[in-house]
Amino acid sequence: MLVINCPVCGVEGEEADFHCGGEAHIARPATTNPEGISDEAQRDYIYLRKNPKGVHFERWRCDRGCGKWFHACRHTVSMEFLGYYGITERPPAELLKQADPIWQEFFKARGQETKS
Amino acid sequence: MSNNPYRVPTAGIGDDVGRLIDPKKQIDFRWNGNKFAGFEGDTLASALFANGIRVVGRSFKYHRPRGVVGLASDEPNALVGVGSGNLQEPNLRASQVELYQGLEAKAQNAWPSVDFDIGQMNSIFSRFFPAGFYYKTFMWPQSFWKNVYEPIIRRAAGLGVAPGGADPDTYEQFNCHCDVLIVGGGVAGLAAAQAASASGARVIIADENPQFGGIGDIAGGSIENQPQTAWIRETAAALAQAENVHLMTRTTVVGHYHHNFVMMHERVADHDPALLRSGAPRHRLWKVRAKKSIVASGALERPIPFANNDRPGVMLSTSVRGHLIRYGVAPGYRGTIFTNNDDAYRTATALVQAGVSVARIIDVRPEANGPLAEEAEKAGIQISTGMAICGLEASVGGKQIKSVRIAPYSGSGRVSGAEEEIRCDFVAVSGGWNPAVHIHCHNGGKLDFDEGLQSFVPRPHDDPMQTIGAANGTFGLQAILQEAYQAGEAGGQSSKSAKAGAGKAPAAESVSENALQPIWFAPATGKYNEGNKHFIDYQNDVTAADLELAQREGFESVEHTKRYTTLGMATDQGKTSNIVGLGVLSGSTGKAIPEIGTTTFRPPYTPFSLGSIAGTQKGSLFHVVRRTAVFDWHGENGAVWEPIGDWRRAYCYPRGDEDKHAAINREILTVREKVGILDASTLGKIEIKGPDAGALLDRIYTNTFSTLKPGRGRYGLMMNEMGFLFDDGVTVCLAESHYLMHTTSGGAERIAAWLEEWLQTEWTDMQVFVTPVTEQWSQFAIAGPKARALLEKLEGDVDFSPEALPFMGCVAGTIEGCQARVFRISFSGELSYEIAVPSNNGRVFWEKLLEAGEEFGVEPYGTEPLHVLRAEKGFIAIGDESDGTVTPLDLGLNWAVSKKKADYIGKRALELPHLSDENRKELVGLLTDDPNEVLPDGAYAVAQVKDKPPMDMIGQVTSTYWSPTLNRSIAMALIEKGRSRMGEKISFPLEGGKTVKAEIVSPVFYDQEGARQNV
Repeated sequence: MLVINCPVCGVEGEEADFHCGGEAHIARPATTNPEGISDEAQRDYIYLRKNPKGVHFERWRCDRGCGKWFHACRHTVSMEFLGYYGITERPPAELLKQADPIWQEFFKARGQETKS
Repeated sequence: MSNNPYRVPTAGIGDDVGRLIDPKKQIDFRWNGNKFAGFEGDTLASALFANGIRVVGRSFKYHRPRGVVGLASDEPNALVGVGSGNLQEPNLRASQVELYQGLEAKAQNAWPSVDFDIGQMNSIFSRFFPAGFYYKTFMWPQSFWKNVYEPIIRRAAGLGVAPGGADPDTYEQFNCHCDVLIVGGGVAGLAAAQAASASGARVIIADENPQFGGIGDIAGGSIENQPQTAWIRETAAALAQAENVHLMTRTTVVGHYHHNFVMMHERVADHDPALLRSGAPRHRLWKVRAKKSIVASGALERPIPFANNDRPGVMLSTSVRGHLIRYGVAPGYRGTIFTNNDDAYRTATALVQAGVSVARIIDVRPEANGPLAEEAEKAGIQISTGMAICGLEASVGGKQIKSVRIAPYSGSGRVSGAEEEIRCDFVAVSGGWNPAVHIHCHNGGKLDFDEGLQSFVPRPHDDPMQTIGAANGTFGLQAILQEAYQAGEAGGQSSKSAKAGAGKAPAAESVSENALQPIWFAPATGKYNEGNKHFIDYQNDVTAADLELAQREGFESVEHTKRYTTLGMATDQGKTSNIVGLGVLSGSTGKAIPEIGTTTFRPPYTPFSLGSIAGTQKGSLFHVVRRTAVFDWHGENGAVWEPIGDWRRAYCYPRGDEDKHAAINREILTVREKVGILDASTLGKIEIKGPDAGALLDRIYTNTFSTLKPGRGRYGLMMNEMGFLFDDGVTVCLAESHYLMHTTSGGAERIAAWLEEWLQTEWTDMQVFVTPVTEQWSQFAIAGPKARALLEKLEGDVDFSPEALPFMGCVAGTIEGCQARVFRISFSGELSYEIAVPSNNGRVFWEKLLEAGEEFGVEPYGTEPLHVLRAEKGFIAIGDESDGTVTPLDLGLNWAVSKKKADYIGKRALELPHLSDENRKELVGLLTDDPNEVLPDGAYAVAQVKDKPPMDMIGQVTSTYWSPTLNRSIAMALIEKGRSRMGEKISFPLEGGKTVKAEIVSPVFYDQEGARQNV
């Protein structure tokens, strides 16, 4: 049973008070370009996940608190939460630095600078 | 023989022998129905010893007589049942059961009695019961399992029986937080608590025993120039005075989970049932969140397996010493000590000092020297070094030890040479110590092998958890205190208001001890088979030969060996057997122990009561029941209930001597011929409001809603991103940019969360509010040819005429003084309205409908008639026709799946190859050849019927009913390429060899044109 802090309303709660929405920063192809999506791109969007053994970015919802979604940075082995950030934000630089290499490649490939 | 055969005469006088008992206070108890007496402070185990009872149970598989082995929770053998009837609790360890006036206890797994047990025949025929016996023998025929093999095995092998009847006692749960949680209240735990509490931190220290101190009282040595017992007493008393320390005895830390979540089981009233009568709960489950946890769980002594080492009277050395010093009992009159270390010499000396004779100390090491050996020699005890026990003689039936045989032992594990027989009636064994690493391991803590201890010690944990003292493989008293102080002080600093530290650890003195010599197995001389069993796991009757057999049969991995032989899988989770078992495997495979590895330690540390897991959540508090405003009316009018989510809905309303089928048929025909009313309040209702409300609905639904005009509704389908259908319902446009969405009853919360998720995470620029209003409105369906006539009798400003309120229209108004929303929607195919009124008016309005409809023959109808009505019309139900792998196209709902809209959830997925495959199953109707035959729900259709499976499956029944309207059976099914097979006959082979044939037809069985709902 994890202890989680909601960055939106500030409540500290038990895992059962929250809901995990899985991997963060999955871009939905149809939102930007509904016409030009290959079968492979659609398959990867629906089914392919990173599943790193290490520092990971996830979506969580403060189910029994404010009801808001947020991003969390969690180590998948030690279960430690390293930090939280807004649902529309990219990971802060100091969290990205600690993240699994698969995430660093991911953001590099996107070619976008992260906020610090 | 005296009244107390094994009670030492000086017991209870002074601190040396029987320090926990009070010989002036007699406690009466019953064992297997017979009256006995013990003293205040006794455990059941010590009281039985005092009364000369050494056989307390029969073993699991061979039904061999068994006695007490351990000192506390490590006890593998002496499992007893305490209490009777609905208060009976099985499988308690006799060494942990505290004696109280009137205690009733009995032996388990023995028939007809513990002294004469028929199952012991298993032991005589044990050569036919090797490891994996059940797997190998009871294989064929399969049908014999249920009726023949299993009942016999269950009766013959097993532990205690479950209590009869509901448990009348109360249980509760506490949640709490602390800075430092200390697991175990031995010397290490107490010292850590002292250090942690000095900084002002909130400390909880929990110990499973009734008193603090661990085995400090029998370990020798001194702390701050006083005996350990005195230091323990003073330290515990001082901690009890401190406001920031919570001391808990009889409290077992049963599990450690993520983020230092710790579960503790407190046995509040087991030792004194009078507490129950004063209102105390029997057990209390604590859920503790600790900033830092310190594990001081000590170490468990391990035995050395030798031939017939399970005979009553063979005990662990510390158990013998503990029973002597704490309760003043010995397991016999003349003992031998079998050891590979120095500590067992303490047991020998203590026995002699208490007047119990010790025939011999048998030490496998080539030499015995050092202060403890010298002390034993001084006490006149004969020591044989370089020897091992190679045989044990017992009386017929195995209940009384007569002698042991010893022979020279070489370091390579062989026993050979001249044997000597030593007369004795008990044996104290010590094979070294295993740190109790269980709690450390529960949440993924790793272990390292320690060559000196020949056991596993904890590796530093990822969690804020530290293991100290013997549990960490630290055995010197001074070293333990220092480690404890450092951990305690560091833990204390986790408090927000930490003050300065505690200072220096107390000074201690203890005698030095020589290294142990590993020995995992002392082989028997003579016949190495029957009659010479070397038990590794007492509780599951696993022998060294079983482990070796498992190796020979290829179960080489320790995880396979464990499951094949059941080593370590009993209720004691292998506390005494795991490491010894690994040692035996190491010997038989030639691999070092760390190469073999350990199996997983899982919670709980010791078994605990189901009652404490349930806590107060039982009876009416077990699960919340959601009730509509008309719930009581349904109950008063004979409703049969159906649980739907947390709701209870009326399934149907049998009248007089009607059965359910008759009631269902009557209610259906009432709707088809007259008018029926349904409580549909559980339907999910979500208001969606804002400038982008229509755009949101267009993304969520497969069809278009932004074009919907106020006062109109539309049936919509929702898919997930995988393209699978997961909810449906009618959404109406109440006003410009203001919609009311209806969802399935079970989907209400899920869909509201679904909308929120998309708004918050994907389409964050949309301006929409989503408000669930399910409970705010009571909603009733009025369905049937007379529905309009009924409603027109009600007072109000709503015009029900087809011109004013056409099919799929909606209007707000006032009816019978109630605010009302009227929707002309139909799930039955009849002329139908749904009217929503504020929930407070629900019951009154429902009764108005019945009153107004009386002249038309109105009747309420339940959820089952509702389902038959919709199936007759071929309407799908989420969860029946859909199962999470079905698309709207599979169900033939193409008309509701937009091709024009650029993007909506699931749209692109529908084009993926596996979803556009032409061989997918499609929804069809079925008419059985015999109209009276109703297909079973979920029945499989096959391509070709064969004598026996496997057969090629081509689809399955999704809904199946008797239709009173059509006076025949109807069914819907998902069948491969079903829509192109209209008119084809397919076969459904059923259980028992019967095959039902049915014709594929349209799924709309009644009123295909939809004329009835459109009047």
